Amino acid sequence: MRENILGIIVCNMHDDLIPQLTANRTLGSIPFGGRYRMIDFALSNMANSGIKDVGLVPSKNYQSLMNHVGNGQEWDMSRKNGGLSILPPYAGERGVYRGRMEALYGIREYIKASKAETVVLSDSDVVANIDLRPVIREHEETGADITLVYKYSEVFKEKKQCAALFFNDCGKLLDLYLNPELDGKQNIYLDIAIIKKSLLDELIAECASKDEHSFVHSVLMQKKGVLNIRGYCFDGWCNKLTGLKNYLDASLALLDSDVRKSLFPAERPIYTRVRDEVSAKYGENAKVSKTLVTDGCHIDGEIENSVLFRGATIEKDAKVKGCVLMHNTFVGEGATLEWVITDKNVVIPAGTHLAGSEKYPLYIPKDTVL
Amino acid sequence: MRKKMMAMLLAGGQGSRLYVLTKDLAKPAVPFGGKYRIIDFPLSNCVNSGIDTVGILTQYEPFELSEYIGNGQPWDLDRMGGGAYVLPPYQRNTGRDWYKGTANAIYQNLRFIERYNPEYVVILSGDHIYKMDYSKMLEVHEKTGAAVTVAALRVPLSEASRFGVIIANEEGYITEFEEKPKNPRSDLASMGIYIFSADKLKKYLTEDEADPESENDFGKNVLPNMLEAGEKMAVYAFEGYWKDVGTVDSLWEAHMDLLDGSDLDLYDKSWKIYSRSPVMPPHMVEEGAEIKDSMVTEGCTVGGEVEKSVLFAGVTVEKDAEVIESIIMPGATVKSGAKVYRTIIGEKAVIEPEAKIGSKDKEAKITLVGPDAKVKKGAEIEAGAIFGKEEVK
Repeated sequence: MRENILGIIVCNMHDDLIPQLTANRTLGSIPFGGRYRMIDFALSNMANSGIKDVGLVPSKNYQSLMNHVGNGQEWDMSRKNGGLSILPPYAGERGVYRGRMEALYGIREYIKASKAETVVLSDSDVVANIDLRPVIREHEETGADITLVYKYSEVFKEKKQCAALFFNDCGKLLDLYLNPELDGKQNIYLDIAIIKKSLLDELIAECASKDEHSFVHSVLMQKKGVLNIRGYCFDGWCNKLTGLKNYLDASLALLDSDVRKSLFPAERPIYTRVRDEVSAKYGENAKVSKTLVTDGCHIDGEIENSVLFRGATIEKDAKVKGCVLMHNTFVGEGATLEWVITDKNVVIPAGTHLAGSEKYPLYIPKDTVL
Repeated sequence: MRKKMMAMLLAGGQGSRLYVLTKDLAKPAVPFGGKYRIIDFPLSNCVNSGIDTVGILTQYEPFELSEYIGNGQPWDLDRMGGGAYVLPPYQRNTGRDWYKGTANAIYQNLRFIERYNPEYVVILSGDHIYKMDYSKMLEVHEKTGAAVTVAALRVPLSEASRFGVIIANEEGYITEFEEKPKNPRSDLASMGIYIFSADKLKKYLTEDEADPESENDFGKNVLPNMLEAGEKMAVYAFEGYWKDVGTVDSLWEAHMDLLDGSDLDLYDKSWKIYSRSPVMPPHMVEEGAEIKDSMVTEGCTVGGEVEKSVLFAGVTVEKDAEVIESIIMPGATVKSGAKVYRTIIGEKAVIEPEAKIGSKDKEAKITLVGPDAKVKKGAEIEAGAIFGKEEVK
């Protein structure tokens, strides 16, 4: 019955990938899919896999993140012992961490104090519903030092934060290419790793003493010959955020029913903070097709191929196509929007026409009143 | 600091006029308004009025209701020195009893009230849809120095015989009280909401309990007794939306009121109605769907036509299905080509393809399909019918 696994989520890795959306927040608190934040996927995957103790490691801009996760109660992690712990970095001599190993060094005491024998490391840049139990089981059965979760998929066109893994016939990590100049499908690392706690602690100490900070460079690349590093292939739908265009694509991918089935299976819900919004209300002029709509929306206009977050209002004769409209976006009468991403509380007055393109969406920052 | 006021919520009602909807469910747990259950309204009113201690008295089919209330967290009622407590009848050394009437239910829990030692107790029922600030009612109660204050609203005289009718003088004190009179002499109807000064509540409940002739009911016994004893009894005149949703017709009407933009504004952020929310993704409107004048919530998938309807969480309306002037409760499925008109469909019911339920006719009676019922492919259910899960069609 007793689970002995500790989850650690590093929230600010990759912030620079979507500078627009992370201007006032961590990557983990980027809104996604109508009612979620990026962190919900990593946290829910852990909660649904029986991991009861999770440490969140933010580095900066983390007020929105703390506000969102609260005491962890929505993930059933508001526990007397353990549960969710938010571990902001100490303002050390080096300031915020430069990489994952340095972030972990900052919470070394927390890791040491845990009774867990195994640690699941994750970032918050991946949208996926991954059952971690079979990953952990395989990690234990193969006796691997480290097990990396990957997806066999296309190399990102953006060539950013894309780590391709190569294994030998026995399944041992042979090599790792960062942002490879390769075409076609590769084993793309999803920034989820399973590792024995004692080994992790040794590696943290070693990296600190050598002033090294990166898990990929200092551990995976340097130790691939010494350690038994293996892989686990995830075969469900997933998306690793790589930029604004990718954010739009991933959002609109949710309109596909197979993607929704993979991401939102009834037995493994994605949990998020409950906001007590009223149902979405459709007016007499509403015309909505192929769109994901969240509670609290008021719709009286035309919407197609879009994702609407909580409290978005689309007035009469407005036309919205290929858009992601975040919380409380207001689109006035007769306005038209095509390939636009609006951040929270954006006001588009009546009659305004805005258009980006499918390949280059137009982003409107938080609280903008046009 | 002494607790000012706590609430006792009578949630034991069977709601027999909701037929199959309340077969395995207490009336206060009946789904309402897309995301709520009836009990969310008085509970949210309590919290919004600054009440942090609520005793919830259950008796009929209590499991789902107890599970729903849980630790009270969705209403912010998981509190130290208070919170939400579900109070079923229990055994004591003098024996055990079911709750015999509204007054007896509170009487059996006097010790619970005494634990918190409040100055005032507000008695509520879990049968009505309304938004009300009980703290304003308390102001009236304190100002008048009454032993009890009864909330009342004006109803058409023709309907007054369904209620406890209050006759009050110009100063707002009750002079007469008649429970469901044949020929009402006033249009002031009791809403079944009472604020008692705690000591008076204890006194009159104890006296009522000692009377073997009493039906142990607030409206029939306790209030008339207090009036006879010459207690000061005040009226708090309530204005606003208030609806007993105890019948199939009134439950349906209340939902249509929501869509028509009545006085019941659920979107008012200053008086939120809270509920225990299922964990579901946003709802999906598929290509070719048509939704007008409706409320739709999380977990729904709509591929067909939905007009003037309320869909609860996790409802599926498949392609070419039609749902008009209807209420579809959580988890129900309306399959392709099925037609649902002026109907309430219970939780998890399944309407197979091409089935036809109810009638579009504006005069047609409201149809009810019970929870977990299955309506077979191509079957027809006539308007006004009640179709439970045991039935086969």
